[in-house]
Amino acid sequence: MNISETRSGDVIQIKIDGRVDTTTSPQLQNAILLAFQKGNKLVLDFSDVEYVSSAGLRALLIGQKTANSKGGSMTLLHVADAVLQVFKMSGFSGILHIE
Amino acid sequence: MQELKLQASDETLYTVLGEIEKLLDDNHCPETLKMVMLMAVEEIFVNIAHYAYGGKPGEAVIGLDVIPNPKSCRVVFRDKGIPYNPLEKTDPDITLSAEEREIGGLGIYMVKQSMDKVEYRYEDGCNVLTIEKSLDGEMDMD
Repeated sequence: MNISETRSGDVIQIKIDGRVDTTTSPQLQNAILLAFQKGNKLVLDFSDVEYVSSAGLRALLIGQKTANSKGGSMTLLHVADAVLQVFKMSGFSGILHIE
Repeated sequence: MQELKLQASDETLYTVLGEIEKLLDDNHCPETLKMVMLMAVEEIFVNIAHYAYGGKPGEAVIGLDVIPNPKSCRVVFRDKGIPYNPLEKTDPDITLSAEEREIGGLGIYMVKQSMDKVEYRYEDGCNVLTIEKSLDGEMDMD
């Protein structure tokens, strides 16, 4: 998994490329938490994420909790079907902001 | 049936996922189904790696197969760790808000939700967990 970060105005965008699994999810969690130290509007570009396991959901839940506690936002863009299925079956489609 | 015998750890996860992926690709499995199958295998394998042997290294034997009528992928996990039936674990409440949600506890629930069949038995000193998913048709998770 590769992660890149860009900033546009007060929005920080993190682009994730690859699979968010047991091995790679700590990297995503760190990137999200670091981004929330720099700002409170975060966009996660999921267009190149083909797979998320429960470890990845944990990283996203920590991100969403951080967004809520800061009065900020975390938005997921371009989520693939397989990942959407995982969000639906875990109830995360009701927790995360998915566009 | 293809059989993998290996030390269960985060490091060997990709060996297992690679073999499953190859089997599913060889059987022309649709991409969405393949990702859901990989997710289920990861959840169970990582549970064995982290908990079956109380955090110590231990062996897992994984049988992989595609069976007919309906064409399905079957994966059988065996370990000689602490007897544990993950199907007895209470399901998490997935209607809670982010603040109320606890970190973790979702893995086996997602396996139960996504697979057509999940069976556990304790046999000859082994935890044996079998999952099956039809490779025909579309996913219906609604």
